[in-house]
Amino acid sequence: MSKELIRLIDCRKEFDGEVVLDSINLDIKDKEFLTLLGPSGCGKTTTLRIIGGFLKPDSGKVIFDGVKINDVPPHKRKINTVFQKYALFTHLNVFENIAFGLRIQKPRLSEREITRRVHEALELVALKGYEKRSVSQLSGGQQQRIAIARAIVNRPQVLLLDEPLGALDLKLRKDMQRELKRIQQQVGITFVYVTHDQEEALTMSDTVVVMNKGEIQQIGTPVDIYNEPKNAFVADFIGESNIIDGIMVSDNTVRMYGRDFPCLDKGFAPNEPVDVVVRPEDIDIVPVELGQITGTVTDVTFKGMQYDIIVDFQGFKWLIQTTDHSPVGAKIGVKIDPDGFHIMKKSEYSGLYGDYSSYSSEYDELSAAPDEGGAEDE
Amino acid sequence: MSKTSLSSWSESKPLRILRSARAFLERYRKQSFAFPYILWMALFVVIPIILIVVYAFTSAGNGFTLKNFSGIISYAPVFGRSLWLALVATAVCLLIGYPVALAISRMNIKTQRIVLMLVMLPMWINFLLRTYAWMSLLENTGLINRALAALGVFDLINSLHANDLNYTPITHFQLINTNGAVVLGMVYNYLPFMILPIQSVIVKIDPFVIEAAEDLGADRGTVFRKVIFPLSLSGVISGITMVFVPAVSTFVISKLLSNGTVMLLGDLIEMQFTGSAYNPHLGSAISLIMMAIVVICMSIMNKFGEGEEQAVMM
Repeated sequence: MSKELIRLIDCRKEFDGEVVLDSINLDIKDKEFLTLLGPSGCGKTTTLRIIGGFLKPDSGKVIFDGVKINDVPPHKRKINTVFQKYALFTHLNVFENIAFGLRIQKPRLSEREITRRVHEALELVALKGYEKRSVSQLSGGQQQRIAIARAIVNRPQVLLLDEPLGALDLKLRKDMQRELKRIQQQVGITFVYVTHDQEEALTMSDTVVVMNKGEIQQIGTPVDIYNEPKNAFVADFIGESNIIDGIMVSDNTVRMYGRDFPCLDKGFAPNEPVDVVVRPEDIDIVPVELGQITGTVTDVTFKGMQYDIIVDFQGFKWLIQTTDHSPVGAKIGVKIDPDGFHIMKKSEYSGLYGDYSSYSSEYDELSAAPDEGGAEDE
Repeated sequence: MSKTSLSSWSESKPLRILRSARAFLERYRKQSFAFPYILWMALFVVIPIILIVVYAFTSAGNGFTLKNFSGIISYAPVFGRSLWLALVATAVCLLIGYPVALAISRMNIKTQRIVLMLVMLPMWINFLLRTYAWMSLLENTGLINRALAALGVFDLINSLHANDLNYTPITHFQLINTNGAVVLGMVYNYLPFMILPIQSVIVKIDPFVIEAAEDLGADRGTVFRKVIFPLSLSGVISGITMVFVPAVSTFVISKLLSNGTVMLLGDLIEMQFTGSAYNPHLGSAISLIMMAIVVICMSIMNKFGEGEEQAVMM
């Protein structure tokens, strides 16, 4: 888990004068599950294609196992890819699809060895007995598994996965997330996974790399990324966040709405302006007289496990997730524990995210996102 | 309920017929668009074929006979030559057409459009004119032979044989009136029909499928052999069909480029209908057999391409 297998050093890529990747530096350790996460156009797929050898960086180095591989073509890399739309060979059946990589290996493998390894791969993706099927007869989920089996049968050191679950429905996607994690642990190789789905990234990864506008915003474990986002973009992209302008009065004290709140963060300059992140689930609703601040409920949505309520605090709207129902128009107080605050330095993203004034429309956008992804794949 | 039954009682007969005709049209609305075509086919394809069959099995004045078919045996060499030359032309078209189609499909879309237009450009010129043009190129005193003479090629060849007493000096190469000239005419005229279907199938191959093959360890040759070529088979098959069928039945090309010295099935049939050997019954019998050959060839071809069609659709 410790050795670095792939290193990207200052990798830069432009398409038609537009910067798609801006000096990316990334170390990928052996046998880890690393996810490149970001909105579309953030450069995650470009990064993946550079690792796979389908694109060459304009400048910078790609190091694999200590060797520079910028000019090594894809077919000579010990890296295999699971493509977004599976890209199966429609003229071959399931067995021959998986055997494709084995049949062109030199020195030639015996038919017995090929059969054994194809069966092994089919077993790994739980599709034993499908050898003779034509790939066009398979469902999306099954095609996906064949694509994984086909990529893994070559025993690569790294498997690249480009939004492999994008075209599947929600239930199947959840199942496949678990499957993928199991497969990764069973074969014990490095997975580099690309997705725009933060939940997918948090569920499966050892390391999450959050990207935006061709730059890496943050690298860390899922827990780090969620609890200690580096800037407003990360805080907003991963989960729900209320992001408020604040001033770090001194260590362990942050001021917002003209009040000082105790917090656990330190190491900022005295009176440094900061972004304050408060997660919706870290806010307790209390009677007005006990509240640190008070506001008015403007919207309530029942979400099954909890209510999403929007509260107006002096013109800035917060999202609070709570199991207690508060009617629209109610005056409420809130209390936030010191560990509920996360303080971030100001960045180019400050002020762009974390206000829930346009909450409902934003939520519609979010829930529509997977459908969009599906439609693209048609 | 009672209202509708009442009104249908009171309807007059012509109105009912009109109504049922309308209901029929409504029910087969989409299909009804095909009626003009069906009529066209019936008039100009089905009925003529029936006439050919009738003619083939009858003789002038007498009734049913198989004499027309037994007489065909003597034309076996013509059948053989036609099939052979069409086969050679198809093979040459494939050998030239496939690489061209592949090259075109790798160009960017703008260049592709221009090159495809260039491929089709000769088709804008009348078929006869194009073939006449080849005549004037290939003739003994044609452009090619005159050019070679001007370059001194014949003088050079003749000088090599200066000591041979039995040698008659040559003044030209025999280009026209040969099998080669006929094949050339076929290839020239039908090459676009090979390039276009292959190209249209290759451009539809998902580039990610090619990347997947490279990713799995295939170099460019292997990618072509194991992915691109198999996936383009349906285009190859329709290309072969579209070249072979007109080539096997042509008569203009052989007539013009061989001046009757290379007789093909088409020439033979034409002679039975318009030429000196007027015998539409024999002509019909030959036509029928040629049709059978074409149908057999096409069905063998389609067997080859089974399942490929599906692959292309994906």
